[in-house]
Amino acid sequence: MSDDWMNLWHPVATTGDLPHRHTFHGKLLGRELAVWRADDDFVNVWENRCLHRGVRLSIGINDGRELQCQYHGWRYANRTAGCTYIPAHPADAPAQTICNRTFPAIERYGLVWSGEDPLGEVPGFAVLDDGAAFGLRSISVNASAELTIAHLAEYEFQPVGHFDGAAATMTADARSELSVTLTSHAHEAASTAVFYVQPVDADVSVIRGVLSETPADGDQIVTLRHHSTELARLRERIEADAASRPAPTPMVATIEQVPRSLSAVAETPSGRKADYRVVVARKWETAERVAGFELESIGNPLPTYQPGAHIDVHLPNGLIRQYSLTNGPGEGSVYRIGVKLEPGSRGGSSCLHETVREGDVLAISAPRNNFPLRRDSVKTILVAGGIGVTPLLAMAQTLARDGLDYKLHYFAQTDDHLAFAPVLDRLGDGVVRHLGLSPDDTGSTLTQLLAEYDGAYHVYVCGPGPMLEATRDIAADAGWPDDAVHFEYFKNTTEIDDSSTFEISLARSALTLDVPGGKTILEVLRDNGVPMPSSCEQGACGTCSVNVLEGEPDHQDVHLNKSEKAAGNRIMTCVSRAKSARLVLDI
Amino acid sequence: MTAATTDLCSNEVILNQWHPIAVVNEVREGVVGETTLLGCCVNFSAAAGADAVAWRSVPGIRAGDSFDTSLVNESLPVLVQYGYVWSSLGEPPAQLFELPEYAEPDRRNIHAATIGVACSAPRAVENFLDMGHFPFVHTGILGIEPHTEVLEYEVDIDDKNEIWATECVFYQPMAATTSEGGQMTDYVYRVPHPYCVLLYKSCPLDPTRMDVIGLFVRSVAADHIEASMFLSVIDGESTDSEIKRFQQTIFAQDKPILENQHPKLLPLDPRFETPIRADNVAITYRRWLSELGVTYGVIPAA
Repeated sequence: MSDDWMNLWHPVATTGDLPHRHTFHGKLLGRELAVWRADDDFVNVWENRCLHRGVRLSIGINDGRELQCQYHGWRYANRTAGCTYIPAHPADAPAQTICNRTFPAIERYGLVWSGEDPLGEVPGFAVLDDGAAFGLRSISVNASAELTIAHLAEYEFQPVGHFDGAAATMTADARSELSVTLTSHAHEAASTAVFYVQPVDADVSVIRGVLSETPADGDQIVTLRHHSTELARLRERIEADAASRPAPTPMVATIEQVPRSLSAVAETPSGRKADYRVVVARKWETAERVAGFELESIGNPLPTYQPGAHIDVHLPNGLIRQYSLTNGPGEGSVYRIGVKLEPGSRGGSSCLHETVREGDVLAISAPRNNFPLRRDSVKTILVAGGIGVTPLLAMAQTLARDGLDYKLHYFAQTDDHLAFAPVLDRLGDGVVRHLGLSPDDTGSTLTQLLAEYDGAYHVYVCGPGPMLEATRDIAADAGWPDDAVHFEYFKNTTEIDDSSTFEISLARSALTLDVPGGKTILEVLRDNGVPMPSSCEQGACGTCSVNVLEGEPDHQDVHLNKSEKAAGNRIMTCVSRAKSARLVLDI
Repeated sequence: MTAATTDLCSNEVILNQWHPIAVVNEVREGVVGETTLLGCCVNFSAAAGADAVAWRSVPGIRAGDSFDTSLVNESLPVLVQYGYVWSSLGEPPAQLFELPEYAEPDRRNIHAATIGVACSAPRAVENFLDMGHFPFVHTGILGIEPHTEVLEYEVDIDDKNEIWATECVFYQPMAATTSEGGQMTDYVYRVPHPYCVLLYKSCPLDPTRMDVIGLFVRSVAADHIEASMFLSVIDGESTDSEIKRFQQTIFAQDKPILENQHPKLLPLDPRFETPIRADNVAITYRRWLSELGVTYGVIPAA
């Protein structure tokens, strides 16, 4: 094998190998591949191995949006191959770094082209026109690609329409290391075909032939049969030749190691990073005072997201705001967010509504998920108040796709205030609209919805603060345990008191630092070079959470629930402080 | 599947273990039987009324030949225990691991089946230690979606250097042949031998006791096994065939998964695969194999 084959594009499958929701088992240069087409027509070429226990993904389930491993049900997203769900730990969001190896894919001439590390363009064949080309049946040969291409140069066939006539004369028009272009002439007719040899392993190759012109309907079957017969004869000659030579050493495809961070604990991103540049591909009014935005990546593909995830959007005016992704599973070509124009906007929502237009470029962070969705629930109730519907839309679409029992209760003023109506329509019976209810009526409706609790029931709430509080209280009164009630605040309306002074001691790095009045723990950590991820920096999103080993936290966040606050073993470092003189943190 | 390689084992840790070479009633008096152990062809038989004998194959004696003790010059160590004939190609310990339940008078000890699988022995053991796959591989029997959570459990290595995973709990729609309806089932897992694994699970008929299920694996080659399923259960209702059929159904569901794991040899380097908290016992098992010095059936850590 020649080394530069690693940098070439090779055919790995035909378009016909990828029927609706199938997963094709391919192989190139000794490496097994799982090749699958998603419902959005994107062709995925992945290492054929689940990252968890090495089970072939080609025996997995292609649901059109994600590929699910047969062994433990791990789900990998269309396009990114990032893991979106680990059923054994339903309460956790999988680490962003759990991502399978992907290879590039391009469809041309009825073939899927890929490669280990291909440079440049897919081979163009002057004689082939993508629209007119006609794919022959692929034929696998037990011989090296070198031997196969050497014999292919002497392949003889008849032009279309003259299969039974006098023997044709052959001309070889062009040749590259792994391809040959042949023309057959007879009876003043001519047919041209390109044959490309796919090196499967050291001793196996596949001949992929493409005719430059599609025969008339009546001639297609007989053309395929003619080439299948002639190529099968050629194969016999090639394999006889191969049998007389020493067997080549098998190719060894190296399996990339998983990142060191994954072999132990999950890696956390640090700081507020805006790693992705996106363009506003579409902006529209999805409800009264609510603008929908479709964000499309410039350059790198958008990273994997999970239902409940949010992104930081860095605005042209320097502000940073968090918005939940509304995307259903496997819709990773764009991110969709909904932004409500807040009357008291400090420049976040008003900037997005008034200044940002289609075609503008924004910086965003990778998605973070502090509101993960359990999918081991027997019954899931989603409670949305107004624009709080956005993360719940992503959840509802996931639950609907998985066929799990759920209802999305959407509280809004009027019909005109319901955002993302097409998604709601697709969810059908899964959505219950509650329009124009007074706070009291909302309360009694919630009381009815949450009247019954049973093990493995879960409720997710997102909406205005008072509604969240009401839902939490009603659920608690009806006997729902804290860990069955999941909520996400948009913002923290608590008045933060940052006057206290105390000491923090970092258990892992053996540092002791003073936190003076007016400074947050997060700021003190960063000032001292301790990396910490954060997002909202107002005690709502939960990104900057750390574990507390000793000391009594002074919670000022809205992220933790009552029992979590009482347990005192976690703290939101962006707003919360200490009641004791000292806190020992697990960092 | 690809044919098994026939590489001879040179790993002393494995050569010095007891390995199950036959089910006791497969040893026919006066007739030569044959099997493959660690790439080596082994014959076994018994003279009338005498104990089983095993020896490395020699030219001229084949399976089905009539047996005479004078045929064997040098015999292999033999132990008859738990319904199986165990042998070794090296210097085995005096005792096999203990299984006191086997002797309890009201238990039924049953050999369910011996099944060939194109995988390594440690991959089969690790699969046996795994609860997370129940809803996906043993759907409707040992697990069912959406009940997929693997709760935290304890893992320990005792003073006999056996691995124990305790306080394991998993939702099971049909825990055994005698179960009706779903329940949270308790499990205890035990690895007393690199290629043997035991499972104790709550007995549906007597909540104070545990049924025992064992997987005793014979490596035919590094990437090919024959696994024997053993049960010691308290069950006065089911017939032997019902119990065997249940166990065979379970194993038949695992087999295609095991044969589609790549690589076939178990990688001991933690950076080769991505463990999660639910894999606590598998992580311990891999580290324990490394520390024992097992190199056969695994890809040793660099």
